[in-house]
Amino acid sequence: MTIMENPAGYITADGRKIGGTLMDLRNITLRFGGVTAIKDISFDIREGEIRAIIGPNGAGKSSMLNVISGFYVPQEGEVWFRGQRRGQMRPYQVARLGIARTFQNIALFDGMSVLDNIMTGRLTMMKSNLLQQAVWRGAAEREETAHREKVEKIIDFLEIQNIRKTPVGRLPYGLKKRVELARALAAEPNLLLLDEPMAGMNVEEKEDMSRFILDVNDEFGTTIALIEHDMGVVMDLSDRVVVMDYGRKIGDGTPDEVRNNQAVIDAYLGVAHD
Amino acid sequence: MEQLLYVAELVMNGLMTGVMYALVALGFVLIFKASGVFNYSQGVLALFAALTLVGIQNGQIPFAHLINAMFGTNLHSFGWTVPSVLAILLTAGVMVLLALAIEKLVLRHLVGQEPIILFMATIGLAYFLEGFGDVMWGADVKTLDVGLPQGISDTAEAWTAQLTGYGFFIDRLDIWAAIVATALVAALVAFSQFTKQGRAMRAVADDHQAALSVGISLQFIWIMVWSIAGFVALVAGIMWGTKSGVQFSLSLIALKALPVLMLGGFTSIPGAIVGGLIIGVGEKLFEFFVGPMIGGATETWFAYVLALIFLVFRPQGLFGERIIERV
Repeated sequence: MTIMENPAGYITADGRKIGGTLMDLRNITLRFGGVTAIKDISFDIREGEIRAIIGPNGAGKSSMLNVISGFYVPQEGEVWFRGQRRGQMRPYQVARLGIARTFQNIALFDGMSVLDNIMTGRLTMMKSNLLQQAVWRGAAEREETAHREKVEKIIDFLEIQNIRKTPVGRLPYGLKKRVELARALAAEPNLLLLDEPMAGMNVEEKEDMSRFILDVNDEFGTTIALIEHDMGVVMDLSDRVVVMDYGRKIGDGTPDEVRNNQAVIDAYLGVAHD
Repeated sequence: MEQLLYVAELVMNGLMTGVMYALVALGFVLIFKASGVFNYSQGVLALFAALTLVGIQNGQIPFAHLINAMFGTNLHSFGWTVPSVLAILLTAGVMVLLALAIEKLVLRHLVGQEPIILFMATIGLAYFLEGFGDVMWGADVKTLDVGLPQGISDTAEAWTAQLTGYGFFIDRLDIWAAIVATALVAALVAFSQFTKQGRAMRAVADDHQAALSVGISLQFIWIMVWSIAGFVALVAGIMWGTKSGVQFSLSLIALKALPVLMLGGFTSIPGAIVGGLIIGVGEKLFEFFVGPMIGGATETWFAYVLALIFLVFRPQGLFGERIIERV
């Protein structure tokens, strides 16, 4: 724990650099009417790390991710991003800050091709205005080409070259998940949020996805926060883990620390709550 | 031979009428695609646009009746006329302001509601706009002339007479409507396929959540789509207004757009065009061949019956997306 509390960052066992705090969540409480989904939770996400949020069903993990991405607005608490307190923001404004995400139930544009879907990830970066696009095509075309190149790199990276032109609606589940990741990556995010990136996948697909997540983190240095059910996967992937149960934080630390935490063991084995 | 040529003329005229239907249907499709809302007020938008255009052109003072009634004045007109092109541009501006107001006052408060709620809201909007247009510009029937040629085209008649020995009667306004509609559709398709705003619009149409997550503002897209729909309504309003005068029954042409949409599919821009053409031609031919046998006046109901048949056999329309729900 001592190593991780160093505010300047640290070097992981496999030699990756973890920097200072990128996102800091302070005393977040989120209620839906009478139901409290998140109770007074605080944790941070450091630059360059893979941070996992785990917990049994209904623990409030997805709610937490939705708070970070601006889809839910917490009643109490503060969200700090890159050293600044984030005011109340709409989800699209959060996205423009460089926080990209995927969804548990996949939210893609089914009617568009894989390529078009991924291109939407770069929409907010495109600068040319309507007049340029309509009349003077030069600048707009150059811009489109530049963005296209970036997108092609991501397509290569995630090994989906052969389905580039396929309408997303026709793809199998596992590939859809990968396209969604590609779209999020296209935004070149500072923080990438993955909501159960491996849910419903078979072992082979899970291995592929794990590899991609590690590669993204390694090659682009992207900070990743993810929710996952598969404990094995979480322990292999993440640098630090937050454990939630019934809306509360019951553990926080390296995979090893969390694995040996009695409260976490109880939550997963189903010890009666008092 | 003579009859065959007459039928050909009927088909031509039907196609031209169909274009006029398609112009109205287009506005529906745009809003339905982008927000899943069936915009009942599209017909009234066309009426409102036409009223505003005439009002601006003639230098009419808005709310003159209201002002006169309140202050005992006798105001009617600024005493100037505005050139057509400038008046059209100003009206387009008014339609954008209207889109802004609709988003701010109505749509924004209904985000995430059921489609039926939004549909009801557009019904309310339709009645409000009808009344608002009445108060703003007066309820009298107005003639609209933006310089579009009208009357039977001599060239078309001479040309067809030379070609077939039988001169077709084609209204010049209809020819212009066809040209304008083609240009409009080409522009709309180019916009939605090749610009980033168009791509964002398609994204919003497809999935709201996903659109938000890539940084697209739903508000902005909605204002944009309603502005475009307002512009399409303006074009439809100009065509219909020139053809049959600007009057409150103009808003009822929206009802003719309904069967067009059922045929073409609610989500397809080309579908709106093809649907309009089929209905335009279909009702003319039906009236000619079957009409006399059953007492005529079939044009008032033919479109709806055709739409009904389509609903039974192909509910998604010719070009609409088939929605298959997984169980």
